[in-house]
Amino acid sequence: MAIDLKPTDVVIVGLGAVGGVAALPLARAGLNVIGVEAGRWLTPEDFAPDELRNNVRGWPQSVQKANGEVPTHRPNASAPRSPRPGIHPMMNGVGGTSLHYWAQSWRLHPWDFKVVSETTRRYGAARIPRGSTVEDWPLDLAELEPYYDIVERELGVSGKAGNIAGRIDPRGNIFEGARAREYPMPALRGTGFTDMMGDAARKLGWHAFPGPAAINSRTYDNRTACAYHGYCSRGGCHIRAKGSTAVTTIPKAQQTGRLQVVTEATVTRIDADGNGRVTGVTYVKGGEEYFQPAAVVLLASYVYENVRMLLLSASAAYPRGLSNNHGQVGRHYMSHNQGAAVTALFPRNINNWYGLPAQGVAVDDWADDNFDHAGLDFIGGGNMWVYSDRRPIGAANMTTFGRAPRWGAAWKAFVKQNADRWNTAYLQKTTLPYEDNYLDLDPEIRDPLGFPVCRITADHKDNERRVAAFIQDKMVEWFMAAGAVTTEKAPVGTMGPTTHAYGGTRMGDNPETNVVNRWGFSHEAPNLGILGASVMGTSGARNPTLTAQALAWRTADHLARNWKAVTT
Amino acid sequence: MDEPCGVSRRELLKRASLLGVALNAVPLIQIDGLRRAPLETLTASEGEALEAMAARIIPTDENGPGAREAGAARYIDRALGGALAGSLEAYRSGLAAMDRYAQASKGAAFARLPPRDQDALLTDMDNDAAAGFSGAAAFFNLVRGHTIQGTFCDPYYGGNVNFAGWDLIGYPGIRLAVPAGDQRLDARPAPTHRSAYDHAMFAKRLPSRAAVADERHPHGD
Repeated sequence: MAIDLKPTDVVIVGLGAVGGVAALPLARAGLNVIGVEAGRWLTPEDFAPDELRNNVRGWPQSVQKANGEVPTHRPNASAPRSPRPGIHPMMNGVGGTSLHYWAQSWRLHPWDFKVVSETTRRYGAARIPRGSTVEDWPLDLAELEPYYDIVERELGVSGKAGNIAGRIDPRGNIFEGARAREYPMPALRGTGFTDMMGDAARKLGWHAFPGPAAINSRTYDNRTACAYHGYCSRGGCHIRAKGSTAVTTIPKAQQTGRLQVVTEATVTRIDADGNGRVTGVTYVKGGEEYFQPAAVVLLASYVYENVRMLLLSASAAYPRGLSNNHGQVGRHYMSHNQGAAVTALFPRNINNWYGLPAQGVAVDDWADDNFDHAGLDFIGGGNMWVYSDRRPIGAANMTTFGRAPRWGAAWKAFVKQNADRWNTAYLQKTTLPYEDNYLDLDPEIRDPLGFPVCRITADHKDNERRVAAFIQDKMVEWFMAAGAVTTEKAPVGTMGPTTHAYGGTRMGDNPETNVVNRWGFSHEAPNLGILGASVMGTSGARNPTLTAQALAWRTADHLARNWKAVTT
Repeated sequence: MDEPCGVSRRELLKRASLLGVALNAVPLIQIDGLRRAPLETLTASEGEALEAMAARIIPTDENGPGAREAGAARYIDRALGGALAGSLEAYRSGLAAMDRYAQASKGAAFARLPPRDQDALLTDMDNDAAAGFSGAAAFFNLVRGHTIQGTFCDPYYGGNVNFAGWDLIGYPGIRLAVPAGDQRLDARPAPTHRSAYDHAMFAKRLPSRAAVADERHPHGD
């Protein structure tokens, strides 16, 4: 039997990028919050600049319960299972994957919130891809803007505004939606290489600008500035310059005395009563099972685990899984079309040995609906991102562009000459939801506790493949304008487990097609809130974290302001 | 185990600094002596075959030291007793199959053959065209990947001895703070020749399991 704990106001399942944000407005409002986290606290000494451990062997992810729960993937319902990765794309730990993420902190474009109505208005309804289940979001950018503004300040985001209340500044992103004010910190500095790429973009008539990052460009909130040491990706920050929730919103929430952090605790079920209200969560810690009663539950694990937790929490009121009486849990899944990169070879060293993935230059001229799609056979586009980041094992594993064999003296001579002459652009592209791209429970594969893992059934569709081909061509043009001697395009890849997953508990006004309402609370279980990119109905063409965090703050803020209505 | 790369190397570096000897000036013969320390996981003949194989994947030539000087085989041997334990059986059977194939086609164990014959055998394996050696290409790719790890990893793990790998590709080394000038196009910062774990602030915590992330696909987090 589970050990019954003392009831609390709010229990948050997962203290990562979004749960760690939501805790703060709740604690400040005087609510008692318990954050249940599967991982543990990590400290600066855990974040050694060690490529073998961090990038090759998958630490710090390997601490983790997540690795026993890696989702399975198949491209469609009649295809066999794809090979299953050995490590989960995300990690457990206080702060979650925000401990070691790239920290690119974008706002979505206004178009991303209104894909259906804007596409229909500009090109006609026939341009919505066949089979897509895309809907307009129940809110627009202007409604989310104040929450973006808050989280940019609480986490500490550096960047250069391109549109402050309609005033366009070409030093920033001229395509961004209006923002109330400038970023709290200036953008991270440029490098010789990113300056060279920026110049090449401008030569093409494109609008290059430094991207936003939750990384300190100067001392902020008593945390030091980034030192550009080069081990930021999957390494964590040993000087706390990265605005992980573990060093920002979570400690701030703890300072109120209202947040209790329970670590190394695995939530196995969200409990519900016969009336369909949630009553708390059951978790396992140290071999004991506990029941933590709460007036409100906020589910804040990753997309795959949010869906899995709901489907595993069936009860009398929810025989098909919690909040799934309309069969919408797991629907409208998207990944981010992150494959289809372009790699370039330059005729000289480009000195990419230091820096970080968030230290780069972006071009948005071919993203979203920033260009006329009238003569094209797709909607959406891609954000192009070039940055300074290189480590020795990764450098030696470079492509040889068909110019050298894969080993031996000729390979060695090639790598010796070219290890610092290549660069891979990061191209994030619009992905839409489709009827037959979805998440459910795998009928065969189970985690170490015996629960089924999440199963992804999804493949890139024509629209996404056309966007990828279009953006790759633009990227080749950009690299060649900067003096590259050759380029190589990567395939689009699968829609298997990814750091950029979306959907599964979509937000919308219509309970027939959406799991949560416009405030992030379940249409069916009124005291269950869901946080994270699982509520997003479109992917946009840029990293999801800041949007998921702005939505999390908004959901928590709504709860604090409407406590009685939500809890009775 | 706190120190997978061998206490003796750290001890050596410590002594070197006490004596005021620059890291670069540590006589190569001493480093080489360390590399000859007893194998930890593989048998002597397995170790010999592996070292010979690694030495053809990244050969020693006019472009400088290769996998042999970097201690790549030594790195793999140690890792097969820990983080790469899941690959131990693949190594045992793969190295045995390679030697059988070498005997059958060239009349001697792999390590006893001249480099040209070794290259021919590895080419067959890479092309999965080694008669009687099923899974040859998969084994070759496994060893190739681990040889690159052992040549270019932090020396803490027993490879990249004397920073042979990092110097080969011009990696200027671990720096905890990088000034703006060091990120300009023509900057050539001097190699630091330090392990991450020469910085006392980092815990020497071993990874709990092996897994291979594919770095060729960028992950925007």
